[in-house]
Amino acid sequence: MIIRLQAEDFDPEREAQALDVRGAGARVSFVGTVRDTAEDRRIEALDIEHYPEMTRAELGRIGAAVQDRHRLLEVLVIHRYGRLLSHERIVLVTVWSAHRAQAFAGCQAIVDALKTRAPFWKKEISPEGAVWVPGQTPQDLG
Amino acid sequence: MITIRCFAQVREILGCETRELAPSHTPQCASDLLKAIAGERAADLPMPLLVAINCEHASLTSPVKDGDEVAFFPPVSGG
Repeated sequence: MIIRLQAEDFDPEREAQALDVRGAGARVSFVGTVRDTAEDRRIEALDIEHYPEMTRAELGRIGAAVQDRHRLLEVLVIHRYGRLLSHERIVLVTVWSAHRAQAFAGCQAIVDALKTRAPFWKKEISPEGAVWVPGQTPQDLG
Repeated sequence: MITIRCFAQVREILGCETRELAPSHTPQCASDLLKAIAGERAADLPMPLLVAINCEHASLTSPVKDGDEVAFFPPVSGG
């Protein structure tokens, strides 16, 4: 499992191609980006704060649990922090498995867990000011 | 010592990013630490308030001990 937390952008395809995963017959990637609107507000940027030590530990726990449950062969998570402009990439989750069903399910499970368990907080920057994005709790997905 | 860390709105409202507290001689839970650092401002904090102890999700009723790192933060929004 590879986990990277970084301020700089990434190239999703290049990151995935860089890994040679033996036995893989499927690769599924999710790329999350900064929306340019929220309700009726125009979003110029997102400030992403995180708790670095816990983020790394929690992503490791999430990845290991999902890898085991969905028999994934490899998991790659890259999550950015700092100020990101609208349309910029925030996160990449790529998983490899022998068959497609495991890869689709595993990728979705990691993205869902990121939303409720990984200690990131987002502040939306718009012309009207800055607003914290409402978050979720570890219980929200049951 | 117990290290306390605050993030996002909790950090902004309490004006506290990191603080160290001496452990008490009686059993303590995370909410005791919150009372100690927040005082009356606890009412202004976003609810639900999440807690982590040593980088693992915990709760306000979780026990804390000398050497622990206890973090308080609002619900998360990764991804």
